[in-house]
Formats: sequence, structure tokens, C-alpha cells
Amino acid sequence: MTALAHVSTPAGEPAAPPTPRRGRHRLLPYLLLLPGAAWLLVFFALPLLQLAAASLYDPSGSLATGYAMTWAFGNYPAALEQYWPQLARSFGYSAIALVLALLMGYPLAYGIAQKAGRWKNLLLVAVVAPMFTSFLVRTLAWKTILSDNGWVVGLLRDVHLLGPDGRLLATPFAVILGLTYNFLPFLVLPLYASLERLDPRLLEAASDLYASPLRAFQKVTLPLSMPGVIAGTLLFFIPATGDYINAELLGTPNEYMIGNVIDSAFLVRLDYPQGAALSFLLMAAILAIVFGYLRKAGTEEVL
Amino acid sequence: MASETPAGDLRLANLTKRFGVFTAVDDLSLTIPQGSFFALLGASGCGKTTTLRMIAGLEEPTSGQVLLGDRDIAGLRPYKRPVNTVFQSYALFPHLDIHENVAFGLRRRGIRQVTDQVERMLALVQLDGYGRRKPAQLSGGQQQRVALARALINHPQVLLLDEPLGALDLKLRRQMQIELKRIQTEVGITFVHVTHDQEEAMTMADTVAVMNAGRIEQLGAPADLYEYPATAFVANFLGQSNLLAGEASGRAGDEVPVTAHGSRFAVPAARARVDHGPVFLGVRPEKLHLAADPGAVPGAHQHLGGVVTDASYVGVSTQYLVRTAWGSELSVFVANSGVGGRFALGTPVTAHWDPRHAFLLPREPGEDDQTAPLLDEPPVGVGS
Amino acid sequence: MKLRRWLADRWVMGVALLVLLYLSLPIIVVAGLSFNRPSSRLSYDFHEFTLDNWTHPFPTLEMRDAVIRSIEIGLIATVISTVLGTLMAFALVRHGFRGRAGINGLIFLPMATPELVMGTSLLALFVAAQIPLGFWTIVIAHVMFCVSFVVVTVKARLAGMDRRLEEAAMDLYANEWQTFRRITLPLVLPGIVAAALLAFSLSFDDFIITNFNSGTTVTFPMYVWGAAGKGIPPQVNVIGTAMFVIALAVVGASSLQGRRARRAALAAPVAAVGAPKSAS
Repeated sequence: MTALAHVSTPAGEPAAPPTPRRGRHRLLPYLLLLPGAAWLLVFFALPLLQLAAASLYDPSGSLATGYAMTWAFGNYPAALEQYWPQLARSFGYSAIALVLALLMGYPLAYGIAQKAGRWKNLLLVAVVAPMFTSFLVRTLAWKTILSDNGWVVGLLRDVHLLGPDGRLLATPFAVILGLTYNFLPFLVLPLYASLERLDPRLLEAASDLYASPLRAFQKVTLPLSMPGVIAGTLLFFIPATGDYINAELLGTPNEYMIGNVIDSAFLVRLDYPQGAALSFLLMAAILAIVFGYLRKAGTEEVL
Repeated sequence: MASETPAGDLRLANLTKRFGVFTAVDDLSLTIPQGSFFALLGASGCGKTTTLRMIAGLEEPTSGQVLLGDRDIAGLRPYKRPVNTVFQSYALFPHLDIHENVAFGLRRRGIRQVTDQVERMLALVQLDGYGRRKPAQLSGGQQQRVALARALINHPQVLLLDEPLGALDLKLRRQMQIELKRIQTEVGITFVHVTHDQEEAMTMADTVAVMNAGRIEQLGAPADLYEYPATAFVANFLGQSNLLAGEASGRAGDEVPVTAHGSRFAVPAARARVDHGPVFLGVRPEKLHLAADPGAVPGAHQHLGGVVTDASYVGVSTQYLVRTAWGSELSVFVANSGVGGRFALGTPVTAHWDPRHAFLLPREPGEDDQTAPLLDEPPVGVGS
Repeated sequence: MKLRRWLADRWVMGVALLVLLYLSLPIIVVAGLSFNRPSSRLSYDFHEFTLDNWTHPFPTLEMRDAVIRSIEIGLIATVISTVLGTLMAFALVRHGFRGRAGINGLIFLPMATPELVMGTSLLALFVAAQIPLGFWTIVIAHVMFCVSFVVVTVKARLAGMDRRLEEAAMDLYANEWQTFRRITLPLVLPGIVAAALLAFSLSFDDFIITNFNSGTTVTFPMYVWGAAGKGIPPQVNVIGTAMFVIALAVVGASSLQGRRARRAALAAPVAAVGAPKSAS
């Protein structure tokens, strides 16, 4: 009746509640979703099941004679035993590349987000510009840059960072450099997005409260950019681990990653059960790392 | 289409809207006479915008009717109703120029020749020559006029305004209040204006309905609402009030005697919402006067003793807080008319008032005085 | 002291520019090599300046066909994935329905799955279902991985749109279809166009998934991959440079348009002061 009896009611009527739905609208969302969802179910989800099934086929079958489903779980240990170096290399190379990419990407994202002023948009375009041209063509360009007769190798030899016969191409260095280069924009963009939202007044407040620039970075900038770091890391790590173009074009069989093995299992050796088993192992390993990482990053954020 | 339909009042009958367990509008019934300027006033969350959206057809009532004349329009889609809306923050179509924004409703109804009407309408809102601009190129006040023109050009039977001046700065808001009033008088359409700003509601509307928790607390002309509020909520939401908790013991002639904090007062029976049991004795701060000498209080006035604990000089007036013997702080506004001196902190004073300016309101047993100065917000537990 | 301060202020930008140089180096090389007459078929070093590569961008019919095929596949995959993705985005933003979490997962997962896994699993399916690999299996694969990106792009645009605009249209006598046609579609269109451009560039550039599902059909990336072993014609760099320039032009044009609109908006209050009838 009086004021005090009412004021405790939950404030805030819904700002823009959905417009009334008549009966004929009830089916509409499902109709809109149907074609796209069906496409993804049939050509994304179903193939994963088929891949799982193929990884358990009898390994003695062949494409010509057909494969029998024998629940051959032995395919997994067999594949792992034979190709664990390549699998380990995939994760090792992409982990090193990730560290390099973070070291390069963070200052880049920070510089563009906080220091670039009116050049911001232009620099942002420069970050994504490499993706405007073909992945393969720009990876091949590294072949030219790192070639034995190129100026980079020449310079390094002159300053004796590289022996007279030393080379960059066809080394792990070249592969890691290529991985870092190719997936760096995927790391920078989400990082930029979270650093762009960072209010510079927070840093001013930190320095007003006696924080040195280093402490301010450590206690304010870094924690606030963690969501961007996490997103960028995943966007970098997942494709880098599955990549085999860099290993193929910039490395030798000594640098081959698991992708090269899977490619040859499916397209050259036509050993589908093994290729499928390796694909599945790769996905399982990536998922395990991603979820482990997310859990760890999540708790750190709380602390 | 609107102008041909028979004239009629807008009536809401037992209108109710629930969102899940939350009842936004609770069995609301009211009649808005044709051609009036009606304001729905309330704090955010009181159900006023939901009421408006149900009239517009943007929200479906859980139950109840929306009648225009004798026609129930509650089931009609928004585009079938002779009702138009000026949206909060305007909702101008950003990809269309001003001319096309204003012409939108005419074109949807299949009218080809729109130029003359659009130009007349833009002239009405003083925006002639702006037709080819995009909404983003106009200032807030100009956008507001476009939103108005875009709705009015359709000659709706009822124009709904959802916090139309909320996004404008104070000065512009004052100008637009006067202008909206002028336009309403000129076109003679029923305006239903939703706002949380009591000053806006009072300056513009013929009739104000104060809403709280999905219901109407009081409905009437602005001056009636202010001078003789029906509930403690209205007394506090519309301006400030000093509400003293007391007990009334029935009428005695033309008066209702009240006992409050050990003193006896009287209120004219015509200004008593109740004459029995727990009551609030209410006096507006500007109706309280201060005297340093108790002997200077006019004979007909009633009075209370206290000590000045705060004085805020705000230009047109000085606002004092006077602490009574039992600890409540009364608000007193003293006009800076140049007559009389100022009171220093700690000065013992007598606060007095003409009993014809006091009013009696119902009070829940156990509720204490509500006297602390209130800002725009409703009294969230301030008095208790 | 002054120098230290200056350095402290600028070093981040200095590092950023060095990293940008690293990112741009290959493009500069590609553009340079597009004007190169190589000394031998297997040499990728700059030898001699020539315009021949640009005047004759297709050294072989095979390469020309590969480029045309990539454009065809790109266009078809773009149209299909844009339509499917846009419909899904509308459902997700505008409607309530059961199983939202499942649909969101279905859209998110393809973006988080390594291409390698998507490529091999799709191959496993096609082989098991005895669907011959070729042009259409590539299209199917490309639509599959483009749809998610379309949904995300259109969804962002749609979610940023003020619902009241549609309510205002309905209030102004536009029925559901007119509201969609006159208000919703024009306002969401930039998002749909952006999604389509993204889908096309993803499709045109895809190698890994295509590699597993192409059979004997050769797209441009497949051609480059095949040629990498036996010597890449310098004209590949012409195509690479042209792609880059076209993409840059599209981005430049859209940002220029955005800037013009912004500038007009900024100029407006100034112009309003000088307008014939003072506004307020």
C-alpha cells in the first residue's frame, strides 16, 4: 500500500523483452537452423565418427579390398610407437613457436592498442595483411628469404653467427620461424582486442599509487589482458600443431611433424586405419592440452 | 487510417503483464480522455514502459484489454494499431535520411505523394531543410524532433512517448518540454508520456498517474497530486515531504486531531486521507517556516521546536535541516526573498506551518517518520 | 635522463614495428619475385627484372584452370555458406529455442578443430560412402568450414543492432516482411557482405582440407603445392600479389566509406549552426 511496502520489489523491468511470439513463429528458429546445422552434422560431426571408426579398422585391409571393422585398438599403440617423434615434434615446435609469438605479439598488440594513436587502424591492417595472400605463396617466400644464397644467410655468415657452410633453410629453425610467422596474426588480434579495452587511466592510477612501469604492467596490464592471451594462444596453438606445410616447404623429413605423416598415410601409403588413428591421437592430444590449459589459466585468473 | 476511425478515449481495463514470476503491470485500469496530455510517472521498474509497450502492441498483455473507443486493440499487431510511438533514444533508422524516416509510416500504408506532408511536418518541428541529412548528422534535440515528426505524420489517435527527453541535457529538455506541449495543443492528439522525471510530468501533463510496483498509486492534475498526495509514496516521489508518524482519533468537527511524538496537532478534515489510527502528518518543506523567537509564530500556525543542524544555500532558497527533540530531521526551504535573516548552525528555532497546508496520510503501524531529504529516487528505506 | 625517458616511451612501438616488418617481409618478397625472371626453374632468388610475369600470368593451362577452379569453388561455397550461416545467425540472435548450447557447440567446434582432422575425417566419410572425390566434395568441405565463420560474423552485426529499430518500423505500419526488407536487411547487410568476403578468402586459400578431398581436381593452392617440388613458376607470385592488392583495396574502400560517414557525422553539428532556421 505505502511506499515502503513496495520499494523492495526487484528493480528493472526487462529493458527489451522479446516481442510476443505467435504460434507460427515457434517453428521458425528450427527452420532457420535446419540447413546449416544439418550441413555441420553430416559433414563435420558424422565424419569425426567415421574417422573414429576407420581408426579401428583391420590394418591388414586396403582401399582396394575394403576394410573390415575389427575394433583393432592395437592401431593406436602401433601408430604411436612408429610415429611418436613426429607427434612430439608437432607439439615441441608449436610450443616454441608459441613462446616466440607471444614475445613478439604482445608488444605489437600493446603498441597498436595503446601507443599508435591515429595510426591504429593502418597498423591493424598491416597485421592481417599477410593473410590477404595465399598461405602457400607466402610460406614459399620464406624459402627465398632463408635460401643459402640469400642476404640473411650471407649476413649471418659474415658476422659468424653461422658457419661458412651453415644454413637456415631445411632446419628446425626455419620450420619454427615459418610457424611463428604464419599464425602470429591469430594471436595478435584477440590480444589487441583485450588490450584496446584497457583504460590507460588504470596505468596512470597504478603509477599514482607508487607502481613502477614494470609493476604496473605485471599487476594491471597483464592480468587484464589475460582473456586475450588465452584466446590468442589457443587460436595460435591449434592450427600450428596441425600444420605440416611449413615442415614440408621449409624443412626436411627430419623436421616432419605429425601432419606430414597423416598426409602420407592417407594420400601416399593409403593406410587409412593408421592415418585415422594418428588424426584422432592428434585431436585428443590437442583437446587435452587445451582443456588443461584453460583450467590452469582459469584458476590463475582467479588468483 | 487513424483520422477516419471514430473518436474515442483510450481505456485500459484490468491490464496485467507478467514476466515469469515477476508481475510488471498488475491489474491496471484507467481511462485517458481523448486529446489529453497524460503522463505515467514512476521510477524505473515500476511497469510504466511495459504499460506503454502493451498499448503500442510491442508487448502482449497476460490478461486485460486495451480499448480505443469501443474497440479492443489488445490482440492487434503493432502495425495494425492507430497508435504511434516516440521511442526512448528515438530509434531513427540510421540508413534512411530524415525525409525517408518521416515518410516511413506513410509509405508503408501505400501513400505515394508524401513530400508535401513530410515538409509540413518537418516545419512543425522546426526542421525544414533537414530532409536530406542522415540521423547521425543531427544533434540529440534534432533527432528527438524527427522522432516526433515521424510518429505525428501518421495522425495517430494516440501518441506514445517513452522517456522522449531522457537523452537530452537539462536546458534542451526544458525547451523541448515547452515545445512538446505546444505541438500537442496544436495537433490535439492524445499524448501518453512515460517518464521518471517528476518535473517533466508536472510541467507538461494535464493528468499525471504515479505508478509504483505495477499499480497506480494516484492519478490527478499535477497540482492536486503535489498539494494533497494520496500515499506516502506519492508524497515522497513528487517533491519532498516531512512525514511525521502519529495517531489520529477520529474527526472532531472540521478537524482531525493528531498526536505525534507527544504533541497535539490538527489537520482540516478535507485534507485527511484517513481520520483514524496510525497516520502520517505531512508538511512540504517549503510550507514550513522558521522563527527564532517562539513568540513570532502566527496564532493560527502549529509549531515544533528544534535545532538547525545543516544549512545549504542553493540560490533561490536556503535548505535547512532542523533536528527535533526526538531526533528526526525536518527539511525546511526558506526562500531567499531578502526578508528575514539566516539561521546559523546550532540555533534553536521554531518550525511552524499553516494547518491548511498539512495533510494526513495512512501509515502502516510501526513505520517511523519520513523526513530525510530525498533525491530523485523513491525512498528506499530512507525513512525507517 | 631525457634519452632514457624518450626510450621508455618509444621502445614498445619500436619492437612493434620490427615485428610488423617480420610480418610484411614475405609479402615484399612475393611482390618483388613477381617481377623476377629466375635464373633456373628451381631457383627462387631474384635474378632479373621483368614485366613478363604480369603480362602473361598463366604459364600453363593447368595453372590457369586451377585459378579459375578456385574462383568457381570459392563463389559457390561462399553463396551456400553465407546463406546457411546467415539463417543460423538470425535464429541464434533473434529467437529462443531448445538446444541452444548444442547448436553453439556445433558452430564453435569446427573453428577449434585442426584442419588436418577435419580434412581426414571428411575423407574417411567420403570413402566409406563411396562418394567420388572432386569438385563437389571440395565445395562441401569448404561450405562446412566457412559456415561457422559466417555465423560468427553476421551474429556480431545482428547482436549490435538496436531491436527498437524494428519495433519502430512495426509501430510505423510495416508488417513483418516489410520490416525485414526495409530495416533489418539493409542494416545487417554490411555484416553479411563481410562474412561473404571472409568465406571467399578462406575457401580460395584453403589447402589442407582441400588436399584430402580433391581427388584429381586441382585448385590454385593444390597447384602451388604440386609445383613446389618441381619448381614454381614466378607467375604464382603474380597471383599472390594480385590477391593481396585486391584484398587491400576491398579493406581500404570499406574503411574509406566508414571514415566518410564518420566525418559527415562530425561535420553535421557545425553545419547545423549555419542552417537556415536555427534548430533549437
